[in-house]
Amino acid sequence: MNLNAVKAIYRYEMARFGRTLLQSFISPVISTSLYFVVFGAAIGSRIEEVDGVTYGAFIVPGLIMLSIMTQATTNASFAIYFPKFIGTIYEQLSAPVNFLEITLGYVGAAATKALFIGVVILLTAALFVDLQIQNWPAMMAFMVLTCISFSLLGFIIGIWASNFEQLQLIPLLVITPLVFLGGSFYSVSMLPPVWQTITLFNPVIYLISGFRWSFFGMSDVPVGLSLLAIAGFTLLCMYTIYWIFRTGWRLRQ
Amino acid sequence: MTEEPIVRVRDLVKTYKTGFMALNGVSLDIRKGEIIALLGPNGAGKTTLISTICGIAVQTSGSVTVGGHDTRQDYRAARSLIGLVPQEISLEPFEKVVNTVRFSRGLFGLPPDDAYLDDLLRQLSLHDKRDQKVVTLSGGMKRRVLIAKALSHEPQVLFLDEPTAGVDVELRKDMWEIVARLRAAGTTIILTTHYIEEAEAIADRIAVINKGEILLVEDKTALMTRMGQKELRIELAEPVDAIPESLAPYGLDRAPDGRALLYRYESTGERTGITRLLNDIQAAGLHMSDLQTRQSSLEEIFVGLVTPGASGKAAE
Repeated sequence: MNLNAVKAIYRYEMARFGRTLLQSFISPVISTSLYFVVFGAAIGSRIEEVDGVTYGAFIVPGLIMLSIMTQATTNASFAIYFPKFIGTIYEQLSAPVNFLEITLGYVGAAATKALFIGVVILLTAALFVDLQIQNWPAMMAFMVLTCISFSLLGFIIGIWASNFEQLQLIPLLVITPLVFLGGSFYSVSMLPPVWQTITLFNPVIYLISGFRWSFFGMSDVPVGLSLLAIAGFTLLCMYTIYWIFRTGWRLRQ
Repeated sequence: MTEEPIVRVRDLVKTYKTGFMALNGVSLDIRKGEIIALLGPNGAGKTTLISTICGIAVQTSGSVTVGGHDTRQDYRAARSLIGLVPQEISLEPFEKVVNTVRFSRGLFGLPPDDAYLDDLLRQLSLHDKRDQKVVTLSGGMKRRVLIAKALSHEPQVLFLDEPTAGVDVELRKDMWEIVARLRAAGTTIILTTHYIEEAEAIADRIAVINKGEILLVEDKTALMTRMGQKELRIELAEPVDAIPESLAPYGLDRAPDGRALLYRYESTGERTGITRLLNDIQAAGLHMSDLQTRQSSLEEIFVGLVTPGASGKAAE
C-alpha cells in the first residue's frame, strides 16, 4: 500500500479546499438560511406538522442530504476531471499507485469536504429550529456513508466526462431532481398512492428516509432497507472504479 | 556491455483504438547512465514510446522492463525508478511551486523530505520561486518546475519529452546544462527531440525513429565520423563512359550521366588526397569544368533514413 501517495493526494485536494474555504463555508450557510426563512418561517408556519414534527425541523435531514450529495458529487468529479482537463493526470497515471490508493485520496478528500459542509448546515439549522436527534451514531453513519458513496459516484462522472458540460450534466439533471423528488421536503405518505409506488424506484428516497429516521425515529421505508441500499450503491461504485482502472477506460490510451 | 540495460524494450507494438499503429515492433536497450536521444519527425512514435514505458498508454503487445521490473506485472517497482517530463507544460496554475513538487514526491511513495526538495529547487534555480504560484512563472520556469516534479522522487531514469520544443536559444542551452549535470550525477536520460543539433549536442547515443520503427541506434561519435565525410564532385567538360584505370585507387563513383566523378574523403584527415587526385585526373586527359564539395550532415543521414528516396534529392 502506497500510503504516502494517498496522503499526498488527500493533502493536495484539501489544500485546494482550504484556498476556497470562505466560499465553501459561506455558500451552504447562506443557502440553508434562505431555505429556513422561506420554508421554515414563511411557508412552514402554515403547514401542519408532519408526523408530529414541525415542518421547519422536518426538512433539515432532506436539506443536509441535498447539499452533501451535490457537494460530494461535484467535488469528486471536479477533483479528477481537472487534472484530466489541464493535462496533469499524466503524473497520476505514471505513478506507482493502484486504483484503491488514487480513489482513497480523491474520494476521501471529496467526502471530507462534503461532510464538513453537512455539519455546517446541521449547525446552521440548529440556529433556526429546535432540533432533536434520536440516534446520533446512525445519523453520523448515514451522513458519512452518503458522503463517501456520492463522492465515488462523482469520481466516476469526473473520469467519464470529456468536457465541462458533461461534468455538470449528471449533478444537474439526475441528482438534484432525484433528491427533490426523494422526499427532501415532504413525507412520501403525503403523495397520491400511484406516486408513492413510483417514488420507491428513486434510490435517494432510501437515503433520506434512513437519515430522517435517525433524527425523528420515523421513516418512509424500513431503516434496514435504507442501509442495504446505501451499502449496495457504494459497492457498485467501487466495482465500477475498479473496472475503470483495470481497463484504463477514459484514462489510459 | 555486460551490464543489464536499465530499460529494455522488446517488440513493443501499440495500436490505438482508431487503428493507428504508433509503434510497430520497437526493441531498444538503454544503458545505465547514458543519454540517449530519440530522434524523429513529428508523429514518429516518440511520445507513444515514452508514454507506454511510463504507463500512460498500454501496449498492444511486447514488453518493457525498467531496472529488471516488468512495467505491467511489477509496475510499482518499475515506475518508482522513472521520472517523466511531459512535452506539454501541464501544471496546476494556482498551486505553489513547492507544493506541487511535494505532491509529486508523495505520489511516488516517498516520505516528505523538504531538505532534498529545497536542494533540488536550488539546482534548478527555482528556490527563490518556491512559494510562488505556478501561474506567475515564465514558460521556462514552468518547464523547470516540471523537471523538479519529475526528479522529486529521486528517479534513476529520466524521460524528457521534447524538453526544448518552443524554447528560446538561451533557455535551450540552460536545459542542456541541466541535463549534463544530471548525467554527471548518474541519472539515465532518454530525451525525444526533432532537433538534430540537440541530439548532437547532448546525447551519447542516438536512436532514429520513424513511423513507429527504430531505424538506427548508434553512438553519436560513430555518427559524427560519418558526418565528417565529405564528397568532392568533379564536373567534367566531356562525359566519360568509364572511370580511367589510373584513377582506380581513389574509389571514385561516376555520375549516371558520366558528366561528373564523385570522390569521398575525410575532411578531418591529415591528407585528403585532393591535390593528387586532381593531378591524376588531368594526367588521364580529362577536362574539369567545375568542382563542388559537400558535407554529409546528421540531418542528411536522418532525412535519408526517414524518407526513402530523399537521399538522392539531398545530393542535388
